[in-house]
Amino acid sequence: MQEHDLSFVRAEMVANQPPPASNQGVGSWLRKNLFANPVDTIFTLIGIILVLLIVPPIIQWAFINAQWTGSDRSVCATVAQGGVQPDGWKGACWAFVDAKFKQFMFGRYPVDERWRVYLTGAIFISLLTPLLLPSVPRKGLNALLLFVAFPIVGFFLLSGGIFGLTPVPTPLWGGLLVTLVLAYVGIAVSFPLGILLALGRRSKMPVVKLVCVVFIETIRGVPLITILFMASVMLPLFLPPGTSFDKLLRALVGVALFASAYMAEVIRGGLQAIPKGQYEGADALGLSFWKKMNLVVLPQAIKLVIPGIVNTFIGLFKDTSLVYIIGMFDLLGAVRQNFSDANWASPQTPITGLVFAGFVFWLFCFGMSRYSIFMERRLDTGHKR
Amino acid sequence: MATQHSTAEGAAPRVPLLYDPRVRGIAYQVLVFVGLFALVYWIVGNTTANLQRANIASGFDFLKGRAGFDIGDSLIEYSSDSTYGRALFVGFLNTLRVAIVGIITATVIGFIIGIGRLSKNWLINRICLVYVEVFRNIPPLLVIFFWYFGVLSVLPLPRESIDLPLGSYINARGLFVPAFQWGPGAWLVLVAFAVALVFVFFVRRWAHKKQMATGEQFPVFWTSVGLIIGLPALAFIVTGFPLSFEFPQLSTFNLRGGMQIRPEFLSLYLALSFYTAAFIAEIVRAGVVGVNRGQSEASHALGLRSGQTMRLVIIPQALRIIIPPLTSQYLNLTKNSSLAVAIGYPDLVATGGTTLNQTGQAIEVVAIWLIVYLGLSLGTAGLMNWYNARMALVER
Repeated sequence: MQEHDLSFVRAEMVANQPPPASNQGVGSWLRKNLFANPVDTIFTLIGIILVLLIVPPIIQWAFINAQWTGSDRSVCATVAQGGVQPDGWKGACWAFVDAKFKQFMFGRYPVDERWRVYLTGAIFISLLTPLLLPSVPRKGLNALLLFVAFPIVGFFLLSGGIFGLTPVPTPLWGGLLVTLVLAYVGIAVSFPLGILLALGRRSKMPVVKLVCVVFIETIRGVPLITILFMASVMLPLFLPPGTSFDKLLRALVGVALFASAYMAEVIRGGLQAIPKGQYEGADALGLSFWKKMNLVVLPQAIKLVIPGIVNTFIGLFKDTSLVYIIGMFDLLGAVRQNFSDANWASPQTPITGLVFAGFVFWLFCFGMSRYSIFMERRLDTGHKR
Repeated sequence: MATQHSTAEGAAPRVPLLYDPRVRGIAYQVLVFVGLFALVYWIVGNTTANLQRANIASGFDFLKGRAGFDIGDSLIEYSSDSTYGRALFVGFLNTLRVAIVGIITATVIGFIIGIGRLSKNWLINRICLVYVEVFRNIPPLLVIFFWYFGVLSVLPLPRESIDLPLGSYINARGLFVPAFQWGPGAWLVLVAFAVALVFVFFVRRWAHKKQMATGEQFPVFWTSVGLIIGLPALAFIVTGFPLSFEFPQLSTFNLRGGMQIRPEFLSLYLALSFYTAAFIAEIVRAGVVGVNRGQSEASHALGLRSGQTMRLVIIPQALRIIIPPLTSQYLNLTKNSSLAVAIGYPDLVATGGTTLNQTGQAIEVVAIWLIVYLGLSLGTAGLMNWYNARMALVER
């Protein structure tokens, strides 16, 4: 090693220089993301035209021309249609939604008894929120309360008949209430039933396997409407003469069975993805079948298929709207029913009601899908291939 | 091996019967079987008793009875004097019609949106994202209602029909488009088309063989295009242009002539296409993203141009991921077409529902539904599985 005169070597680091001017700021972002090359520019222009064609009319319709208050159809109809608006007027009739809001939420549930729905809703939310927040402890107890205790309390609270509560028969239920009841029961029943069916389909016992395969494939092969028709027309035929069966309950049976077949296939996918070593390891530890499943296989399998499970839930939530076809009035049904209200019938009423219902459905489904993405990230232990 | 096995078994301590997994397995199965048998026996007993009480005949004889209801939209000859069987068949054809047209449209829109989701262009990407998130999260029935009650029902009366390009009109009674009228000899065009397809098949095989043997490439694509367009066009000219259009004519109260596409069909078709397209878009995106990045890098390294990379490397692999979920979306669309009953499009479920109400023969009608939809499902699934098996990765 020789001593060198190292004066040409810098003693301190050079300060970071800003990126080239062409690489920062709005201009660079625009160039990179919108006008990278001629083809890109053409697409951007097409996109801008599309947005200009679609967005302003929607804003015009939903906000600028919209009628927010009013007591009958005249505010939402043009002069020619017997209203007060100028000819050619097109706007949302939010006044209609405002006037019918309670009906969209509760159907024909008696006004004096609606506090019971609020109470049920409050209990539900106060049980669901801590279950969804990962940091809150005692998940087991929470789930037990939500899926075992709550249905009993909720059922008696909503339908009444004990403790001096006025009975409210289910034909009076309607609107979002029915949608949520159907979705809750469907989810609460289809998840465990789906697990059982999935395990049955992978069972080595031929009879059990055959029964599960036939059930799953039959249900998955036909539209929900036929299942609902079956539940509403054939279920009474199957039961001993004279048994009367609640219409809502029939729909619930149909929806729950339908969803559980789909759930079974999703969970089977998860079960198949678990390496054989996990099963064998559990066997080697001497765990019984149910312990093996509960402690080793299912926690891993279900974690893998969370997106699929939530998609099934979302599908189920959307499918609850089909009960309208067998004559029940869920949220969509209640909206649809009110189109024919002579007091409000105008060309703008149906579309406004449907946009409102669509927004409510969208909120729930979008919320579910975002939550699933959040959970998926949280539970990701980095073992995924 | 066999002796070893038997000695091991002989040496093993005797397991009490209660804990022998084999015995347990058989016991469980017997239990399930007996339980199921008892349930079916109970249901059949109740059903016969109920049917007798309600005085409903059983069996499929009702199919020969006079239907007595009208069907607005029919592909085959049908009147209210026709039989129930024919009514159900009309419904079946209508289901098939909306399903096939819907599947084609949904695939086209879905692929466009799905590829748009992959675009590096921010604006296109966002537009496609909004489309997917909106349509994925609302019920299909609501989309159908939206088109039917929100858009098509509030169109003006026939008198004030809105003019569309190509001599078409749209009004509250539906879309009126020019009707094709094929003259004599038109079948030759179809024959020419079929011949062209056969030709293309053989040209492709020959070109492939040639490339394998000599390395020389033959412009298969352009030859195919030329054949498929050229041969029918030639036949068209030779037979003397056997095609004319019948344009819808606006009269005082209605439109005459042309082909009417009813609002029920239109709303169902549009809603199913738009709804299913959102799902197909996500499938397409997942398929393309699922192809390993190294694949495109490797093919660039081999000197393939980007079009070739796409056609020879990316798409075949992406299709492998796309096809199974795409099949189930096609089936979903077919099954969702049963929502037609809510707006009165006479599909299989709607005509079956009317039949069920008139005859009371619930079991038979539901059985017909089950058979038809299961048949469609299993048929499509079989076809797609066959295609999938051809495309599937042949692993070591």
